[in-house]
Parts: sequence; C-alpha cells; structure tokens
Amino acid sequence: MKLVEHFQEGLDAPICLTWELTYACNLTCEHCLSSSGRRDPRELSTDECKAVIDELQRMQVFYVNIGGGEPTVRPDFWELLDYAIAHQVGVKFSTNGVRITPDRAKQLAATDYVDIQISLDGATPEVNDHVRGPGSYDMAIRAMDNLAAAGFTGFKISVVMTRQNVDQLDDFKAIADAYDAQLRITRLRPSGRGADVWDELHPTQAQQRQIYDWLLANGDTVLTGDSFFHLNALGSTPLPGLNLCGAGRVVCLIDPVGDVYACPFAIHDAFLAGNVRTPGGFEHVWRHSELFTELRSPQTGGACTSCVAYDSCRGGCMAAKFFTGLPLDGPDPECVKGNAEPALAGVGATPKPDKDHSRTARPARVTLGMPTPRTPDRACDTSPLAGLH
Amino acid sequence: MACAVSTETAEAAGLDPASPYRLAPSVSLRPEPFGALVYDFHTRRLSFLKTPTLVRVVRELAEQPDVTAALAAAEVPDAQRPHYLDALAGLASTGMIQPRGGTDEAG
Repeated sequence: MKLVEHFQEGLDAPICLTWELTYACNLTCEHCLSSSGRRDPRELSTDECKAVIDELQRMQVFYVNIGGGEPTVRPDFWELLDYAIAHQVGVKFSTNGVRITPDRAKQLAATDYVDIQISLDGATPEVNDHVRGPGSYDMAIRAMDNLAAAGFTGFKISVVMTRQNVDQLDDFKAIADAYDAQLRITRLRPSGRGADVWDELHPTQAQQRQIYDWLLANGDTVLTGDSFFHLNALGSTPLPGLNLCGAGRVVCLIDPVGDVYACPFAIHDAFLAGNVRTPGGFEHVWRHSELFTELRSPQTGGACTSCVAYDSCRGGCMAAKFFTGLPLDGPDPECVKGNAEPALAGVGATPKPDKDHSRTARPARVTLGMPTPRTPDRACDTSPLAGLH
Repeated sequence: MACAVSTETAEAAGLDPASPYRLAPSVSLRPEPFGALVYDFHTRRLSFLKTPTLVRVVRELAEQPDVTAALAAAEVPDAQRPHYLDALAGLASTGMIQPRGGTDEAG
C-alpha cells in the first residue's frame, strides 16, 4: 500500500494541526477564513491550553501551526509558546506582525523550535491593504524588518493568492529573498468572511494556469501547504506535495473554544468532530469521532469519477465545495476542466458560515487604484488592542 | 550487480555500513501502522519510515556495533539490504541518523 493510501485511512495522530488560539484580531481581513474579530468568552484558559499541549506531547504531534485571530494578542501567548516548546511540541505561528517588536524579535531569534509566518496578501501596500485593511502592509514589513535585524532568517511570508496579486508572484519571491525568508503561497477558500468576497477575489481560470506554471518553475523553493493540488489537472507534471485532502485524516483544526474541525477552512457545524473539553479530550475526538471515521472511509468521486483528470485533482477541496453550495462528491468550484460552472449555475442558497466573530463596525475598505487612505484607528467596538497602545 | 551499485550509492552518500550509527538526539520517532513518522526538531524536517522493518532497523542502530548488524538484528533479508542501505543513506544525508561513537555516545 502506498503511503498516501495510509494517509487516506488516517493516522494515530495528526501529522500537524492548526490551532487557533483566539478569535480576537486587530485586523478585519476581508477574506478571513475564521471570521475573526472579537474574542469569544468561552475561549480555552491558559491551563486548558497547557492541558492540550500535554496531550499533543503524549500523542507525539511534533508541531502545531498556531493562528487565530491574531494569536499574539492573547496575553498568555508567549507563556504558551514557551510551554509548548518545553514539551516537545514545536510551534509555527501565523501573525500579522502587530506584536513583533524589536525586543520580541530578538527573543524569538534566540528560541529554538519556533517558526514564524507573516501574512502578506499584496507585494504593494495598495494590493495588500485592499484585503487586509489600512496600515497592514506597513505592519507586516515592520515585523519582517525587526526579525531580520534580530538575525531571524528563514521565517515564512504567507500569501493567499487572489485575483489582485497573482501578477505579483515574482515580487513576493523577491521580498522573501531580500529577507532571507521563505515564500509560502496558499489557495483562497470561500470560508468565513471569504465567502462574501469569493466572487471578487478568487483567481480566474487563466490565473490558475499562471499559478500552476509559476509553481512548476519555482515550486522547489516555495511552500504551498499542498493547497493547489486541484491544479494538477492542468498538466502531466504533478506539483510537489501529497496531492491529498488531509482533512480529518492527517490534519485538523482546534479552534479557540476547543472545537475540533476537519480542517482550518471548514469552521462549520457540518465539519465539527467534537471538543477537547469533553471526556477523552482531543485524542478521543481524533481517533473515534464519527465525522473523522467517515472521512477516513473510502470516498467516491461522484460526478467526477468519469473525468480523466480525477486521479490528478482528487475532486479538489472539500471546504471550497461546501461553502459554494456544491456537493462534496462533485467538482471543485475552481475545477480547471470547467466542470463546476454547470453545477454552480444550479446552486441555490449557499451554507453560511455559522461561527461569525466579526466585529460589528468594520473599518473603511481600501479601494484599489486609489491612494491608500491613512485613517486613524477607528473606535472599534471590542478591539483586542483597545487601551494597550 | 544491482546490489553492488546500490551499496556504492549508499557509501557515496556518506553511510558506512561497517560503522555504528544512532538516531540524532534532536529526532523523534512516532510509530504508525505503515511504519513511522520521523521528525527533527532542529531542522523541522519531517520524514517517513515506510515499513515497520525500517523502523526496527533504525531502532536497532543504537544497539548494534554497526549498520550491517542492525540489518541482521531486524531480520532484513539479504536481497532487500541494498534498499535499506539506500533508505539509511537518505536518513544520514539529512542528519536524521548520525555516526555514533567516542565522546558523544552518551548524548
């Protein structure tokens, strides 16, 4: 049996998992996959987080991808980071850079087993701030400057590919090279607030080809989180990676309140496997939940089975199908063979994200093609940073 | 003939079957039905040991006087040894396993 077939049947523990520590965020990105903004009052306490880390250590989950929200706005973030590292759970955390001060950068550069991923969705302030909000480009660059000055090399610059930034792929690569960092590009999903802007932001068919060709030329130096395997149907050369939807099989998500979802892009009751607070904890959810057991059973390709490209793309992304209203055993909404259009035409109401933590007052959006407005911070209703400046 | 070529490949990659080896101190093994996950906390590199026998070989390395003895202890058939030497050479080239002996043995 091939390794990938073992993966389809699930492992005793995830290879890596994403753990969102808080729904609180200082930004209001248009495409936020977790609809973050406000902290959830039920979020795991420091002790509960430590208990999860203990469990991950026992299960030998070697590393976690910590995100949010903006994880560094949790007052106990640095304490939890140290705790995880001391318990053989390596950490890569995603941040918009807000708390990566010169001092923190020095501290991080001196810490083994920690990696940092700075989110940047445009190689220019104009394109970035259009989706991530005013001032977010400068914030990310400042964080990268601080990391570089502290001697932290090899951090990741993480880019969600959109219709507006596909043409900037070479520019992103140049930014990463300038910082001795590594570029990571991932696929936009219609998850969370991403559902609202999907039609405007998701790459065109021509751009999908552009991403595929660019990855073939540059893929050995660029990370993708294996998120573009649906593009494999474009050619005979497979992109590097597992070519497998790992949801509930080799990956999963723990959200801030301890809910365990099949993958980070599937925050919805339909993909909720359980909660780490229930008896048996995370291990029981991972090994015995009904949802994960089902995801590990043989899947049918449904309408895609008759397509010659099915072995290449495996039907694409489960979350992308779900949030665009498509059947899970049908084509991906970005099917490069064009099989999604007829299906999408017949879709009625799409499932709405049911875990919205967005702030009610949203900052004014940066308009593409216009100078970036430098507005002061708004008096956000529940900004996690209120009073901390 | 094929065996000889494979053995040469292993040696070319820096694995000496007549020397003692061990798992690097920064590396952990996690058993799985197919074999094991291998993770190096230092380089953040993840690899897979694709058969339970290879897991046995890697575990035996630290217990045996040399690589050949580890293959024997894990009952690897002669005909398959070149493949296992190649796999071990791959692990050695990425630092997952390392020569053992002298003062660093206790580490």
